[in-house]
Amino acid sequence: MSEANKLPRTERNRVNEVERTPSAMDARKEAGKMFATDYDDWSQEEKEEIFEKVTEDIRHEDFMYGCYECGICVAACPSARFYDFSPRRIAQAVGREDVDLFFEQLNEDAWDCSQCFSCNRCPRENSPGGLITIMREVAVTENLDSAEEALEGYERVIYKIMSTGTQVSPDMIQPEAFPDWGPSAREESEHMDEWRKAIPPETLHTTDTAWTVSDRTIAEMFMIWHETDVLDMLEEIDPGIHMILTDMMEEKMEEGGWAEED
Amino acid sequence: MAQSQEPRTQKEKRQQEDIRHELRELEANGEIEVLDVPEPYVEVERKDGHTKKIPLEGLWHHKSCGQCGHIPGYSTSIFWLFRELGYDYYDPEDQTSCTGWNYYASATSNEAAQAGVALRNFGQAKQDGHYPLIHCGTSYGHYKEVREQVIHHKETRDQVRDIMHKLGHDLVMPEEIVHYSEWTHAVREDIADNLEYDLSDVTACVHPACHYYKIVEDDAIYDPDVYGGNRTAIVTTLLEELGTNVEDYSTWYDCCGFGFRHILVERDYTRSFATQRKIERMKEEADPDVTITHDTGCVTTLDQSQYVTGEVHDRNVGVPVMSEAQFAALAMGAHPYKVCQLHWHNTDYRPLLEKMGIDHEEAWAEFEAEVDAIEEGEKEFVTWDDV
Repeated sequence: MSEANKLPRTERNRVNEVERTPSAMDARKEAGKMFATDYDDWSQEEKEEIFEKVTEDIRHEDFMYGCYECGICVAACPSARFYDFSPRRIAQAVGREDVDLFFEQLNEDAWDCSQCFSCNRCPRENSPGGLITIMREVAVTENLDSAEEALEGYERVIYKIMSTGTQVSPDMIQPEAFPDWGPSAREESEHMDEWRKAIPPETLHTTDTAWTVSDRTIAEMFMIWHETDVLDMLEEIDPGIHMILTDMMEEKMEEGGWAEED
Repeated sequence: MAQSQEPRTQKEKRQQEDIRHELRELEANGEIEVLDVPEPYVEVERKDGHTKKIPLEGLWHHKSCGQCGHIPGYSTSIFWLFRELGYDYYDPEDQTSCTGWNYYASATSNEAAQAGVALRNFGQAKQDGHYPLIHCGTSYGHYKEVREQVIHHKETRDQVRDIMHKLGHDLVMPEEIVHYSEWTHAVREDIADNLEYDLSDVTACVHPACHYYKIVEDDAIYDPDVYGGNRTAIVTTLLEELGTNVEDYSTWYDCCGFGFRHILVERDYTRSFATQRKIERMKEEADPDVTITHDTGCVTTLDQSQYVTGEVHDRNVGVPVMSEAQFAALAMGAHPYKVCQLHWHNTDYRPLLEKMGIDHEEAWAEFEAEVDAIEEGEKEFVTWDDV
C-alpha cells in the first residue's frame, strides 16, 4: 500500500488530486462550473423544473432508494460496455439531486440505455433503467433537441404502433431497411404475400400488421391514447405524426361512439 | 425472515407481501376484479419460494408483434404444441400488443396509457371467456410492472378503471401473469413423451430473456436443482427433459443486445453486443448446435446479427437461434417450414436439422409445393389441416 493510501479518505483524495494531471474538469471547477457547459443557455430554474418532472413522477419512488456506489449495475450493463454510459451515475445524479449532471445525462446518456433492466440486480433495489424510462418521457414531452435527434428515423415505428397496436409488421422487412440482414431480408420481402399465406394460423396471414386486429380493438386503443394524453407528447416533437394520428383518433372515436362525450 | 420483521427493502417487502394477496384485498374492497387461473393448472416453484399456478388450457393467446411480424414460426409452434398435446386455445383478433416496445424505446407513452393497454387486453380476455397467456418476454415483464403500478398507485388504478368503463370493460387483473415458456415448463414431460427424434447428440446454450426475470423477478421460475437455483430455470428445464445436452457459458446474464431503439436505429451496437458478448462466447466456451431462448427480440437479435459479423468481419459466429417452442415442435416431428417457419431465420439451421435426423431438402420441397399451389390459385392458404 502506498503512503498516500494509508491516509484517511478525505486526505487521500486531496493528495491524489494534487498528484493528478490537471484536466479540463479542473478548469471547469476553477471557473465554478463542475460539469459540461453545453447547456449554459438553460437557466438553473429551467433545469430544476425538468428535474422535478422526473422526481415527481409516480414511478420515481419505485425506482430510486439510494446508492451504495457498489457498481454492480455498471458491471451488468450492456450499454456501459459500448458507450460512455453508467447507470450508477444516473442513479447518483438523481439521488443526490445533482441537477446539472442530471441535465447533461438527460441530453447525452439517456438514449444509450438498452432498457434490458440488467441494472435491476442493484442490492439497494434501485432501477436506473426505470429512471431512464421516465427521463426519456420527460425529454420527449419537453421537446428537447436530444430527444428529437434520438427519434429521427423512428416515425414509421411510432406511427405503426400507435395506429395499429402492433409495432412490427412483416411489410417492414425491406432490404433497404435491413441491409445487414443479408439475402434473407430480400428473399422474405420478395415472397412476402405467399409466405404469409403459407402460415397456418388465420390471424397471421396479414402483411401490414403483425396479426389481424379488429377495428373495434383499434378504436378502443385510440380511446386509451385520448384519455391518457399520449398523443400530446408528440405535438411538438413530431407535428406531422401528431396531426395524422390525431385525425385518426377523432375518426376512430366517432366510430366507437365516444365522440359526444368529449 | 420472520413475517413480523419490518421490511428493509422493496425486495423484502415484496417477499412478505405477495402481490397476489394485495390483489385479493383490492378485490375484496370492490376495487378490481381478479381473473382466476382456470383448471386444470400445474403449480410450479417461483424465485421467492411461493408457487405459481400455470393454466394448461382455455387460454387467450396474447401474441407478440415481433414474433408474428418477423419470426412467425414462433407463435405457430406454440399453437402447434397446444394442438398436438390436446389443449384447447383461443387466438384472438381483439388483442393489441402490450406496446411496451414503444414505451421502452421511443418513450412516447406514459404509465396510465400502458396500464390502459394492458387492462384492456385483460378485460377483453375475460369477455372472451379465456385466460391470457403471454407470448412475449417484454409483454410479460411489462405487464408485471404494470400490475405493481396498478396495485400500488391508486391514482393510476382510478384513471384506468374510468377508461375501462368507458370502453365497456371491467377493471380485470389476472391472478397470475403467465408466460408461454412457463406453460412449456409445466408440460415438459408431455412434450418429452412425444419425441420423434433423439436429442442426446444436440448441444444447446440457453439465453434467458432479460424481461422475463429482470423487470419483476419474484415470480420467475427457479429450481434449486438447475444452476443451483442461482438463475432462472426456465427453458433449461424443458431442454433437459427432452434429453438435450445443455452447456453453460460465462455471459449468460448479458442481454442479447436488442436495446429496443438500438435494433431499429443503432444496429451497430446491437450487432456488436449480440455477436461479441453472446454468440462468440458461446462458440468458444460451449460450441453449441443451437441457441435456445424464449423471447421475440432475443431470437431476432441473436439470429439476424450474425450475418454481417460473419460474412464481412469474419467473426467466429454461425449458431442457429430459435425459441424452445420451435425446438420442441421440431423434436416432436413438426414440419420445419410449414410449422416452425425456419425460412424466416437467417443463420444456417440446416446442420442442426441434419444432426436431429430431419430431411430439410424434402421438407423444403413440400413447402415450395404449398407455395406454388397458393400462387396458382389452387388454395388460398396453408391451413392446420395441411400440417
